[in-house]
Amino acid sequence: MFFFRQIVQKPWVTVEESISDLHGGAEFSLPAAKVGLWVFCAVITSLFLLFIASYSMRMSLADWRPLPEPGLLWLNTAILILSSVALQWARVNARRERIDQVKIGLFWGGGFAIAFLAGQLLVWQQLVALGFFSAANPANAFFYLFTGVHGLHLFGGLVALGRTTAKVRRDGFDMARVRLSVELCTAYWHFLLAVWLVLFGLLLLT
Amino acid sequence: MAYVTHDDAQSVPLAEVGEMELYHAKSWVTKYVFSQDAKVIAIQYSVTAIAIGMLGLVLSWLIRLQLGFPEVFDFITPADYYQFITMHGMIMVIYLLTALFLGGFGNYLIPLMVGARDMVFPYVNMLSYWIYLVAVLVLVASWFVPGGPTGAGWTLYPPQAILSGTPGAEGGILLMLISLALFIIGFTMGGLNYVVTVLQARTRGMTLMRMPLTIWGIFVATCLALLAFPALFVGAVMMTFDSLLGSSFFMPAIVEFGELLDYEGGSPVFFQHMFWFFGHPEVYIVALPAFGMVSDLLSVHARKNIFGYRMMVWAIVVIGGLSFIVWAHHMYVSGMNPYFGFFFATTTLIIAVPTAIKVYNWTLTLWQGNIHLTIPMLFALAFIVTFVNGGITGLFLGNVTADVPLSDTMFVVAHFHMVMGVAPLLVVFGAIYHWYPLMTGRMLDETMGQFHFWVTFLGAYAVFLPIHYLGLLGVPRRYFELTDISFIPDSVQTLSAFVTVVALIVGFAQLVFIYNLIVSRTKGEPAGRNPWRATTLEWQTAEVPPGHGNFGETLPVVYRWAYAFSVPGARDDFIPQNLPPDQVPTDGSVS
Repeated sequence: MFFFRQIVQKPWVTVEESISDLHGGAEFSLPAAKVGLWVFCAVITSLFLLFIASYSMRMSLADWRPLPEPGLLWLNTAILILSSVALQWARVNARRERIDQVKIGLFWGGGFAIAFLAGQLLVWQQLVALGFFSAANPANAFFYLFTGVHGLHLFGGLVALGRTTAKVRRDGFDMARVRLSVELCTAYWHFLLAVWLVLFGLLLLT
Repeated sequence: MAYVTHDDAQSVPLAEVGEMELYHAKSWVTKYVFSQDAKVIAIQYSVTAIAIGMLGLVLSWLIRLQLGFPEVFDFITPADYYQFITMHGMIMVIYLLTALFLGGFGNYLIPLMVGARDMVFPYVNMLSYWIYLVAVLVLVASWFVPGGPTGAGWTLYPPQAILSGTPGAEGGILLMLISLALFIIGFTMGGLNYVVTVLQARTRGMTLMRMPLTIWGIFVATCLALLAFPALFVGAVMMTFDSLLGSSFFMPAIVEFGELLDYEGGSPVFFQHMFWFFGHPEVYIVALPAFGMVSDLLSVHARKNIFGYRMMVWAIVVIGGLSFIVWAHHMYVSGMNPYFGFFFATTTLIIAVPTAIKVYNWTLTLWQGNIHLTIPMLFALAFIVTFVNGGITGLFLGNVTADVPLSDTMFVVAHFHMVMGVAPLLVVFGAIYHWYPLMTGRMLDETMGQFHFWVTFLGAYAVFLPIHYLGLLGVPRRYFELTDISFIPDSVQTLSAFVTVVALIVGFAQLVFIYNLIVSRTKGEPAGRNPWRATTLEWQTAEVPPGHGNFGETLPVVYRWAYAFSVPGARDDFIPQNLPPDQVPTDGSVS
């Protein structure tokens, strides 16, 4: 609606001209990095929606044989949730400027995320050992594709998280910057958790 | 509407303009090579895109030589020919036009036109260029692997794209897919910058509706690209799986050279949906920046405000939205439910409405304008004509009944070359002639420019009008050579030879243009500040070419829209966007 209100302005009308002079420039009262993260999340959403669309199209063909979901996936999901919880802890404490708690949150958030990735690799190993190769059935190939692409996005997030951790450990850091970095990491983590829950739900249901 | 009244508005003091932290280069390498300055990145993008575009141009000559004079050039084998057409298409659409419009013009113009010191994420912006460069190098590398580059056609349809028998099935197709994936990753990095800079880094007073249409075009095109490129990415990744790991996403059970392959059950049509879900927005990713730039060129060089600014903005947004629901009009002959065909034909024809609005508004902008036939203006005018001509054949092809017989004929080739090859390129040329003085401080040579324009403009028609006719006669596209086909008269070959000769001449004119770009860099007439007397912020910088940080000490404040040309009562026929209202010189006629 707010976008709509902007694009009905008549920039050539004198009365509106002087009102527009007061416009501060930025569209949202958010740091640019946050807007950037939202746009990036929109791109990732588009990517996974297209994956899911192709999954459901391919599923309807005759040769589809769903693969069993290893029990380990439940554990991995729990670990990823813990990772998000830990980062949420860091975020809350960054707002209260309790830097020790932030460090704890970042440490466990990163640790659980690494554990999640290791767990996903274990799942791959189990499936390969059971003979579910990607060439055997498209359902298998989709599984590797989903988990792989999701894992890569989380891995990218770990790089950002590592940089944030480095920032916190440095002496004389700027609290406002740390808070922004922690908030960005946390938002991205929650987003990737949501993506994973959707993907996992999709795998369970089909 | 909750607008503040005039008096209230004036009582609010102007706040400080928010400053962004600016990155400063410390060495020659970080200033000119691994630079984080959007202007340097823009020039890196443009030079790379033009360089790879020259390769695309040479490929088109080779294609034309074969078509015009079959059996004359022995060094062109059928496999070569398919590689040429594939690489020509891919290079021109993605690595030249997309990269030049968004990476080149986007990087250069967005910060300057919205009044920002730089892009919001300069480091990511730099990475974007270097990943693009790697993507280009991977693409070129496919000439040096066994089997050469892929010859699957630029649409890369499976199953043939990854089966032996198609040139480049060994390594070329993989390098192509990897290169595309890299391009998309690099583009996403740049695209985030373009979108967030437009949203968050505009200077004070620059409301959305005061932005020049160039920025609107680039902004909406970037949004389209960010949402559409993932489809190509998904398609490319899944095809890589099929090709490398033997999965069957797109591959049906198929016999190759008498041998049953391991694939089963996949659907090649899924790939087509993926490809065109990207592919159609791609047309507008190229067209929308062109629409925006041409609006600004027409307005500046006709000394008149753009007609129907709001309509122009809305049309850009509406075209962007519609471009996502027309993709299957590329697939009428792939087999689909007739109701789908009806749906996609309808949406396709609806796109003509906002597009026609734009064309009318461009034309009406000229009406009673003070038209200066400068080189940028010539190109802008040529664009209007060419876009209309190319667009009208789109109405033929958008209808299922007309498309089915015309599918895979030269008519389609002529249509899309006219509408998304020639038309956007005319804008690229016009825009380069227009903004080159800003980038270098010197004008491009006028005589060479006239030569370049007339040969390119008339030549493009001499090339593509006959190709429409060939298509109507039923000459198929993609054929290496026409042998005796009963329904194709012999005169087709004569016409084809004529087209080839003209194409070579047009190609030569582009070399003159490149020469002009290089020579005028040092020898061109000094441009001074604002040679076109334009209103937009990029011309109001402290120095020309703009220095690091774009605008000297303080950022400009914007007081009006970008089209204050020939305002009654003003002394000059333009009022810069950042000139305070009480400092506008008057001609004394209006108090």
